[in-house]
Amino acid sequence: MIGAWPILSIVTFLPLFGALFLLLIRGEGEVVAQNARHVTLWVTGFTFLVSLALLIGFDPKMPGYQFEEKAEWLPGTGIGYHMGIDGISMPFVLLSTFLTPLAILASWRSIKSRVREYMIAFLVLETMMIGMFVSLDMLMFYLFFEAVLIPMFIIIGVWGGARRVYAAFKFFLYTLLGSVLMLVCILAMYIEVGTTDIPILTAYSFGVGMQTWLFLGFLASFAVKVPMWPVHTWLPDAHVEAPTAGSMILAGVLLKMGGYGFIRFSLPMFPHASEFFSPLIFAMSIIAVIYTSLVALAQSDMKKLIAYSSVAHMGFVTIGIFTLTEQGIAGAMFQMISHGLVSAALFFCVGVVYDRLHTREISAYGGVAAVMPRYAVFFMFMMLASVGLPGTSGFVGELLVLVGAWKASTWVAFFTATGLVLGATYMLWLYRRVMLGGIIHEKVHDMEPLTQREFAIFLPITVIVLWFGVYPASLLDLMVGSIQLVIDTVSSSGVSLLAQN
Amino acid sequence: MAFQLTDIIPALPEIFLSGLALLLVLVAAFGGEGIVNARRVTRLSLVGIAVALFLLVQDDMIRPFAFGGMFAADYFALYMKALVLVGTFAALLLSLRPEGDDGINKPEFALLVLLALVGMMLMISADNLLALYMGIELQSLPLYVVAAMRTNSLRSSEAGLKYFLLGALSSGMLLYGASLVYGTCGATDFASIAASLGTGESPIAFVVGMVFMISGLAFKVSAAPFHMWTPDVYEGSPTPVTALFAIAPKVAAMALLMRLTYGAFGQIADQWSQVLVALSVASMVVGALGAIMQTDIKRMMAYSSIAHMGYALAGLASGTAAGAAGVMIYMTGYVFMGAGTFAIILLMRRDGQAATKISDLKGFSQTHPLLAFGLLVMMFSMAGIPPLAGFFGKWYVFLAAVQADLVPLAVIGVVMSVVGAFYYLRIIRLMYFEDTDVPLDTQTPAVNKLVLGVSMAVILMFFAGLSGMLTATETATVALMGEPR
Repeated sequence: MIGAWPILSIVTFLPLFGALFLLLIRGEGEVVAQNARHVTLWVTGFTFLVSLALLIGFDPKMPGYQFEEKAEWLPGTGIGYHMGIDGISMPFVLLSTFLTPLAILASWRSIKSRVREYMIAFLVLETMMIGMFVSLDMLMFYLFFEAVLIPMFIIIGVWGGARRVYAAFKFFLYTLLGSVLMLVCILAMYIEVGTTDIPILTAYSFGVGMQTWLFLGFLASFAVKVPMWPVHTWLPDAHVEAPTAGSMILAGVLLKMGGYGFIRFSLPMFPHASEFFSPLIFAMSIIAVIYTSLVALAQSDMKKLIAYSSVAHMGFVTIGIFTLTEQGIAGAMFQMISHGLVSAALFFCVGVVYDRLHTREISAYGGVAAVMPRYAVFFMFMMLASVGLPGTSGFVGELLVLVGAWKASTWVAFFTATGLVLGATYMLWLYRRVMLGGIIHEKVHDMEPLTQREFAIFLPITVIVLWFGVYPASLLDLMVGSIQLVIDTVSSSGVSLLAQN
Repeated sequence: MAFQLTDIIPALPEIFLSGLALLLVLVAAFGGEGIVNARRVTRLSLVGIAVALFLLVQDDMIRPFAFGGMFAADYFALYMKALVLVGTFAALLLSLRPEGDDGINKPEFALLVLLALVGMMLMISADNLLALYMGIELQSLPLYVVAAMRTNSLRSSEAGLKYFLLGALSSGMLLYGASLVYGTCGATDFASIAASLGTGESPIAFVVGMVFMISGLAFKVSAAPFHMWTPDVYEGSPTPVTALFAIAPKVAAMALLMRLTYGAFGQIADQWSQVLVALSVASMVVGALGAIMQTDIKRMMAYSSIAHMGYALAGLASGTAAGAAGVMIYMTGYVFMGAGTFAIILLMRRDGQAATKISDLKGFSQTHPLLAFGLLVMMFSMAGIPPLAGFFGKWYVFLAAVQADLVPLAVIGVVMSVVGAFYYLRIIRLMYFEDTDVPLDTQTPAVNKLVLGVSMAVILMFFAGLSGMLTATETATVALMGEPR
C-alpha cells in the first residue's frame, strides 16, 4: 500500500509546499511571525512522521534501492527524475527530518526579526537536504547539493552574529569552489557513460586514469563539505556566526553530505582511485583529528570549540570510510548519525546559555550546573556521548572505526586513538569550566532554568543517542546490506584491475 | 535564383516592422512634442513587436533560402528572433515610465529601437556577407543615437560617441575581413564560402580575413579583449537604453557569430575554435575580475554581461552541435535574467532621482521584500546556482566544451564562475544583510512588476521547460549545421 505512493517525493517536497504556504499568510507582524512558527513546526513534524513510513516499509534484506521513483525529465538525454533510498541514504533522510523540527523549536524565541523569511529558508533547506540524499540521478543530486547553499547563505547572513557577512561569504564561496570542480567531473562522467543515472554509473567501470581525475574532482567537493583539513577553515567561522538552529543543521546534516558523497560515489564509482588515495585521506584525516583537537583545546569561545571538535569527529568518519572495510564504513556511518545528533544537541546547549547571557565566552560562565541542574544533566550526557562513552552512540561509531583502522594499518589506528584521548580532554575541560566550580559571575545567578520547550528538544535526542548506544544493531542492521554492496564493488573491481595488469 | 514574390513571406515580420517604423516617423513628427506622443509611439511599437512575433511563429515562415540565398528564415533564425523580439519588447516596456528625466521620453526613441530591431533580425537571418554587413549597420546606427539620447548629459553624449567610434572601428574590421574572405573564396554567400573551403590548410589571406571578421563580431558581443566600450556605454546611456543593450543586441550578434562560424566556416572548426577559446577565457576572466571593484550597478552589469558572453563563447568554441544548442539555451536564460534585473535597476530611485550605486540597494529587502526576492533569484541565477536558469545554461555550454576535449576551458570557466559569484552575492548581502536609513522610493510601476514576474517565472521554472527547449535547439542546430554527419 505504501509502495503505491510516491513517498520519497512527498517527503522531499512537502517542506517546499509549506514554504509556499507561508507566503500566503497575511496580517500584523507579530501574528504572521507566530503563525509562521506554528505552520513550520507542523509541516516539519508531519514530514518527519511521513518519513517514518520509509523506516517501516524498508526491507534491510533487499539489496539495492527501495521506494524507487522514476519519471521523465529530459527524455532521450539519459537525464531523468530518479529517486530511491538504500540502507546508506535512509538514516540520513531520517536524520534530516528528525533534526529540522527540533531546529525550528530551538529558534522559537531566539529569532525575533523576519520570522517568516527565516522559516521559509529552513523549509527550503529541508527540501534540498532530503532531495540530495534521495536523488538517484547525478544531475538531480548536484542541483540539490548546491542549492543547499542558497538558504544556508541567507540564514547565516541575515540572522547570524557580528561577523556574519564574512562567515556567509566564506561558507558560500569555499563550498561553491569545491562543487564546481565536481561539476566538471560529472560532465565528464555523463559524456563517458551517456547517462547521469547513479545506479548505471555505479555499475560502469571507468578507466584507471580517468578514475584518478574524477576522484580528485569529487574529493575537492566532499573534502570541503566534510570538512577535511586543510579546507576546514570555513567551518568555525560559519558555526560561530550562524544562529543556533543554523549550526544544528549545519553540523547535524550538512557536514554529512561529504561523507555520504564518499560512500555513495567515490568508493563504488572510483574504487581503484579510492584505494590509491586512501593513504592521502588517512594523512589528512589524522592531521585533522590531532591538529583540530589541539586547536579546540585552545578556544575561548564555546561554539568555536564545538566546531573544531566537529572537524575532528569528521576526521574519524573519513578514516573509517577509506579503510574500505565493512567495520570501518559501518563505523563511519554510525559515527555520522551519532555526530549528527550529538553535535546538534551540543550546539543547542551553547544556544541555551547564549539566549540567557548573550555571550559564548567560556570565561563568562562557571558553576552553571548549580542554577540549571536539568540542563547540566543533558549537557553532560551529550558531552560524554561526544567523547564516546560506552552506552552512547558515540562509542559504537568510534569503536567500529578503530577496528576498521586497525585492519588497514596499526599506525592509523594508533593516531586515531590519540585523537580520542584529546577529544576527551577538551570536552571534559569545557564542561568543567562552564558548568562546575563556584559561580564567579553575578549574572550566572539570574540564569533562568531549562524551559519546557528546551527540555522537549533535548529529550528525544537523548533517548535516541542512548538507544543507539545500548542497541546499535537497530541502526547497523539497516545499513550492513548496502555497505556490503559497496565493499563488494570496491573489492571486485580491485580484483579485476589486478587481473588486467 | 531570381527574385520571387513568395520570398516576401518569410521576411514578413521584418517588412512589417520597417513599415511600422516609417509610419511612426509621421506620428512622431506630427503627433506633437512631449511625453504624450512619446508614449503613444512606444505603445504602438510594442503592439508592432507583438504582431511581428505572431507573424514569426506562423508555420509557413520557415524557408531556408529566400532572396537568392541572402536571407535565411530557418528554425535557428526563428528561435533567435523570438528571443530578440521578446527581449526588445521587455526593454521597450520598461522604458514606459512616469518620470522623464533620462531624456528618452521623445517620440523618436521607440522608432529608433524598432529600426535597430529590424537590423538585429536581419543579422540573425543573414546568409551572405552583404546581408551580414547591412544587418549590422542597420542595428548599430540607431543604437548609437539612442545611447546619446540624453542630450543634456555629458556622460550620455560621451557614451554615444564612444559607442559610435568603437562600433565604426569594429565595422571596419569586419568589412576588411569580409573582403579578404570574399577575395579568397570568390563568393559572398555562406553556402558557397563553405563549399569552397577544403578541410586542409586554408590560404593565409583567408585565415586573416576570418580572424578579422570574428574580432569585429567580438566587439558586438563585447567579448574581451574587445570589451572596452561596454562599461562606459552601459554607465553613460539612459538606463532603459542600457537595459536594451544588455538584452537584445548581444543575442543578435551571437546568432550572427554562430551562423558565420558554423555555417560559412563550418568545415574548418579546428581553425576558428582556438580564437573563440581565447576570447572565451579572456571574457570570463575580465568579466569576473572587473566587476569586483565596481560601485555603479550599471557598470557591474556591463562586466557581468562580458562574463556571460565568455561562458556562451565556451559553448561556441567547441564547434559542435552540442555547443550550438548550449549557446542557445544560455542565451535564452540570459535574456530573461537581463530583463528581470533591469526591471529592478530601472525602479531604483530616491526622491524621484535615479539611483544607480550598488550601495543604494542597502536594506532593499526591508523596504521592498518581493522585489528584493526577485533580484535575489536573478543574482543566484547569474551566479549559476542550481536549480535556476543560469545553471542549466552553464551546464550545457560546459558539457559541450568537455565533450570537445576543452577540459581546461571548462575548469577555468567554473572557477571564474565562483569569482563571479562574489559580486552577485555582494548585491544580496546589501539587500538582505544590511539596513538603511535612506530607503529607495517604494513606488513600483506595473510594467516593472510584469517584466520581473515573467522573468522570475521563467528563471525559476527553467528546469520544467528544459525538455522542450532541448528539442527546439536540436531542430535549430540541424538548420544551422545541416544534418548530423
